[in-house]
Amino acid sequence: MSVVTETTPLLSDILADLKSEAGLRTAAHEALEQLGLPGNKSEEYKFTPITRALEKNFQLAKKNPSSEIESIDSFSIPGIDANSIVFVNGVFAEKLSHYEQTDVFIKSISGTENGFGTLADFKTDPFVAWNTAAWSTGISIEVKANTSVSKPIVLHYVHDSAAGEVKSFIRNIIRIGKSSSVTVIEKQDTLGDQAGFSNIVTEGFVEENAELSLFSLQADKGKRFHFGQTTIWQARDSRVNSFTLTLDGKLIRNNFLLVLDGEGIESHMDGLYILQGDTLADNHTVVDHRKPHSNSNELYKGIIDDNAKGVFNGKIYVRPDAQKTNAFQSNRNILLSDKSTVNTKPQLEIWADDVKCSHGCTTGQLDDEAMFYLQARGIDKVTARAMMLYAFAGEVLDKINSEPLKKYFDTLISERLHKNF
Amino acid sequence: MSKDNQLLEELTSKEYEHGWTSNIEMESAPKGLNEDIVRFISAKKNEPEWLLEWRLKAYRQWAKMVDPKWPNVTYPEINYQDVIYYAAPKQKVKPKSLEEVDPELLKTFEKLGISLTEQKRLTGIAVDAVLDSVSVATTFKEKLGELGIIFCSFSEAVQEHPELIKKYLGSVVPMNDNYFAALNSAVFSDGSFCYIPKDVRCPMELSTYFRINAANTGQFERTLIVADEGSYVSYLEGCTAPQRDENQLHAAVVEIYAMKGAQVKYSTVQNWYPGDKEGKGGIYNFVTKRALCAGDHSKVSWTQVETGSAITWKYPSCILKGDHSSGEFYSVAVTNNYQQADTGTKMIHIGKHTKSRIVSKGISAGHSQNSYRGQVHIMKRAEGARNFSQCDSLLMGDKCGAHTFPYIDVENNSAKVEHEATTSKIGEDQIFYCLQRGIDEESAVALIVNGYAKEVLNQLPMEFAVEAQKLLALTLEGSVG
Repeated sequence: MSVVTETTPLLSDILADLKSEAGLRTAAHEALEQLGLPGNKSEEYKFTPITRALEKNFQLAKKNPSSEIESIDSFSIPGIDANSIVFVNGVFAEKLSHYEQTDVFIKSISGTENGFGTLADFKTDPFVAWNTAAWSTGISIEVKANTSVSKPIVLHYVHDSAAGEVKSFIRNIIRIGKSSSVTVIEKQDTLGDQAGFSNIVTEGFVEENAELSLFSLQADKGKRFHFGQTTIWQARDSRVNSFTLTLDGKLIRNNFLLVLDGEGIESHMDGLYILQGDTLADNHTVVDHRKPHSNSNELYKGIIDDNAKGVFNGKIYVRPDAQKTNAFQSNRNILLSDKSTVNTKPQLEIWADDVKCSHGCTTGQLDDEAMFYLQARGIDKVTARAMMLYAFAGEVLDKINSEPLKKYFDTLISERLHKNF
Repeated sequence: MSKDNQLLEELTSKEYEHGWTSNIEMESAPKGLNEDIVRFISAKKNEPEWLLEWRLKAYRQWAKMVDPKWPNVTYPEINYQDVIYYAAPKQKVKPKSLEEVDPELLKTFEKLGISLTEQKRLTGIAVDAVLDSVSVATTFKEKLGELGIIFCSFSEAVQEHPELIKKYLGSVVPMNDNYFAALNSAVFSDGSFCYIPKDVRCPMELSTYFRINAANTGQFERTLIVADEGSYVSYLEGCTAPQRDENQLHAAVVEIYAMKGAQVKYSTVQNWYPGDKEGKGGIYNFVTKRALCAGDHSKVSWTQVETGSAITWKYPSCILKGDHSSGEFYSVAVTNNYQQADTGTKMIHIGKHTKSRIVSKGISAGHSQNSYRGQVHIMKRAEGARNFSQCDSLLMGDKCGAHTFPYIDVENNSAKVEHEATTSKIGEDQIFYCLQRGIDEESAVALIVNGYAKEVLNQLPMEFAVEAQKLLALTLEGSVG
């Protein structure tokens, strides 16, 4: 589906700002010029006015302020001994990062890595095109065959906007060799009260029998506008577990694409968004079954309060070859306030006949009878409500396979839901 | 597997049984579309000035629009100047009674099993038969007239009840609603009009039968149903067309206006010529159907069995404006060979405590593509709104596709919306279960397919359910295993 183009001053500013370099950047530059930025008629960005938000909040001519952050200890995840990579305002902060290269090769991205630019399609999405043309930094993570990486890798995307607005364009590539495994955690944070826009594109290659666990924590209390594209290619017998927790941010758009290009693959794609204030969180997921005998399972749940908006679009493609596919998808939402809204579009496109696919989606509110049941047993209303919401969120939380991470996410969610039991 | 293939072969070689043409003297407009054609049609119909103005306005809007590209169907660009926009059986004077109708015409409908004369009196259905663009006969008019029910052709209604037409035409589907609705508004030639007065329960099923006969023509009819307070009507629609190599365009508009407490049930069995097994020819069925539940406690129910057309593009919708109003959509869409269907519904909840229910069953075989596209929109005011949607797809053969595009937009936190969809083929375990109990494979498949579609077929009125089941059997019996 083509994106409806709008020639806006913003687009010309972006294009003028991009230097014409050789190769992929030029191609992406041209693609962006052709695609234009999505307006409100664009099918893929119908409910997420990201172009308008950029026009309103950012001046492209402004360069990122320099940052003198000394420490990011306040942003680290408690209880986890990790290799941590820190980006501040779109620059790799070597000083703040600390990592060991014992079982994993971590280095700054060059753009010449094998497979670079092959997964994230800049010809169809203008923001991917923008990133491909404009990325300033990023990381390349490489795991050799038969290695289980002991420490998780945490990627901190920090904005220091105390001295002015920030725009960051980050590009990552993850390659996991045969029968290896690694855990990657992404985290967004902001210091300062000015607006920040991050555009992060990550490409992942998971080889035969390898396993990738990918966690994304989006709980930035600052004025964060975010576009993320994560595309993971999976070879046979590989596994991907992903979990995205969205709690804060002004506007968060996550594009997540899993390409199941082999047999015997297992993919789990889970997400939880608990929104308040005027946060808009948009999860666009695609599971693309290309080969037979693979399973995918997707569960996204949302609790939406105040003026917040939740958007979910889940696509499952089952290609003509992909017989004996099992693909399941579920999206459940609870609306807590009069002004909260949810737009969901669970979409199935199936070209193979011997498959089992289903999707389900619900939108509702807390069950009055269940509330009454709890209150009748002497539990006050606030606690009862928290209990039920916590239980609702718990189903997704339970799927996290890392104990310390689960505990950390649990504290964040408990705090958000005012859990006091 | 070889048996499957054999059965599939059989199924794909099945001929379209309504593919004949009748030799009726026709008069038609020249090919192409411009303001003169619109004036020509209007003059032919002896229409009042305001209606001509309305048509011209629609034409001008249409000329500025482009045809929609978003449906999940592919077809070569339609040359709208290569279509005949008006074709009518030649008749000197308007027939007063059935005896005066051209006997060839009557035979045509007889052949279709739609008798306009004797038998229908026994079955008790009032029929408005539309051949190409013109309504040829309406039965049971007097009997309905006693109850104050108006059921006649659209052009007759324009002459005899201009105040009703003026008030309700375009009130549900505005002339510029979409490309095909605008086209229809400009060139619609006839159709049916039905008005049920206050607190009247229509004693019989009303029915329209559409037939395209002439070559190169498009059919553009318009149906308008107005149900006054507390009334009830059940309306049926059927369609067939001759077998031709070129594609023919059918762009109809159906508007239903339901006032306080009114109930309208609209059932369609669509059996336009679907093209041959190579995908050549067939009808492009681009139809806009919409109901407005304007009054409190009103109810509109759409039931459709879609088996024909090369391409179907159709979304019977309900706008639930009145408080406590409810909308239903039951659909079985079957595609075979190279047919393409993009069909579904829209439920727009505006009023408080509005309810809607969607049950859609898609069956695709051969090289066909079958899409469900639907929207459930709960507006801010729609407190306590409730929706349940279920859309299942059944795939037969490995060259077809089934797609689901549901949009669920909720703006009210007291609403409850549920949606579920599954895609699968007939399970081996289901077949095995039947075989174990002595039911042979073919009957088992028939049993399962029938059970699969039953929820929808049950919603059809008796007379139609028989036809629909027959159609379904024709297209699908024994095609999987």
